Amino acid sequence: MLDPLARLGRSGIAALARLGEAHLLLVGLLGGTWDTLVRPRLLIAQVYGIGVLSTLIVVVSGLFVGMVLGLQGYYVLSQFGAAESLGIMVAASLVRELGPVVTALLVAGRAGSALAAEIGLMKATEQLSALEMMAVDPIKRILTPRFYGGLLAMPLLAAMFSAVGVLGGYFIGVGLLGLDGGAYWSQMQAKIDFSDDIVNGVIKSVVFGLVVTWIALFQGYAATPTAEGVSRATTRTVVHSALAVLGLDFVLTALMFGE
Amino acid sequence: MARTRTIEILVGAFMAAGFVALFFLAMQASNLSSAPAGDGYRLTARFDNVGSLKVRAPVSMAGVRVGRVEGIAFDGSTYEAVVTMVIDPQYDTIPDDTFANIYTSGLLGEQYIGLDAGGSPDYLGDGDQLIHTQSALVLEQMIGQFLFSKAQEGAQPQ
Repeated sequence: MLDPLARLGRSGIAALARLGEAHLLLVGLLGGTWDTLVRPRLLIAQVYGIGVLSTLIVVVSGLFVGMVLGLQGYYVLSQFGAAESLGIMVAASLVRELGPVVTALLVAGRAGSALAAEIGLMKATEQLSALEMMAVDPIKRILTPRFYGGLLAMPLLAAMFSAVGVLGGYFIGVGLLGLDGGAYWSQMQAKIDFSDDIVNGVIKSVVFGLVVTWIALFQGYAATPTAEGVSRATTRTVVHSALAVLGLDFVLTALMFGE
Repeated sequence: MARTRTIEILVGAFMAAGFVALFFLAMQASNLSSAPAGDGYRLTARFDNVGSLKVRAPVSMAGVRVGRVEGIAFDGSTYEAVVTMVIDPQYDTIPDDTFANIYTSGLLGEQYIGLDAGGSPDYLGDGDQLIHTQSALVLEQMIGQFLFSKAQEGAQPQ
């Protein structure tokens, strides 16, 4: 009769233990900071893998998101005779929300899953154990550069997404729908605050970069070393990252923009 | 070796592009470019009613932004609102009989302070107070006054 209760307790303890492992990994990653700094080569390779290779998808998505915001925003705002405020709407939604969040989701799908698969496969083929045999700490040598690579790449990618999106909104609003270009920029400059909007957007994307790479690395590092385990780790990375990013976004928005 | 160098160059280009994007957002899409270069001088003005004037609202003269609202406080002894504004240092020739009005930009826009220059030869300096002020127009009060005057017209004998 107490079996269901015991099962519930067992799963709760397992979840808590996994959370603890994840945090121990984070401590290990932060502990490897110095080793990454003295070997910038490794970091650069990871910024290339996570950042440079994600640039295309991020920039193209940003352009289209900005253009859609321009079209939809114009449709709504013109009903109030406030179509001139399109610039504010496009820039505020991109800089505050869509830039950091959509970039984080894209990076989780494009780079996070790859990280998890890479680390998981390294574990399955016992490369990580081999490193340990050679007295090389795999967390410091393999995981930490990837962690900082993601942490560094995410805010830059989010900034590109927002900037390209603002330009996309400009193409649609000014180029296609015939709004005044001066009003687009001046309204935006009047209402978008540097420290309130842009800095908070960058803080958001740094947090998302930390969370996404952390989840990816942990899922890969803690994966069951089989083909199935690696595939599950990859799936989990994307699902958990998306949920964590969206949940954290709500919390951060409430803290930053809630009065 | 050549491959490492290519990667380094690409990463460098990536980081440069990211910083350019941030710089673009900061300069082109936010108020950073229009922030005052140095700290200006402060003026205060007392209003009976500031309406929905907000801190950081623009202070403009002849339609040109010359400063912004720094603080809004309530004076408990006179029951007035005390508005502190920072004027950009290059606009240091504001006469001391200047009028401060609270206007609304557009029908639904935000409220801002409009300064109408007076004719005095003396200029305002740091910490001075604008004597002549006009409160914000509160839409409900205007409608109330309008209805009241209409009702009075109707009540008068023909």
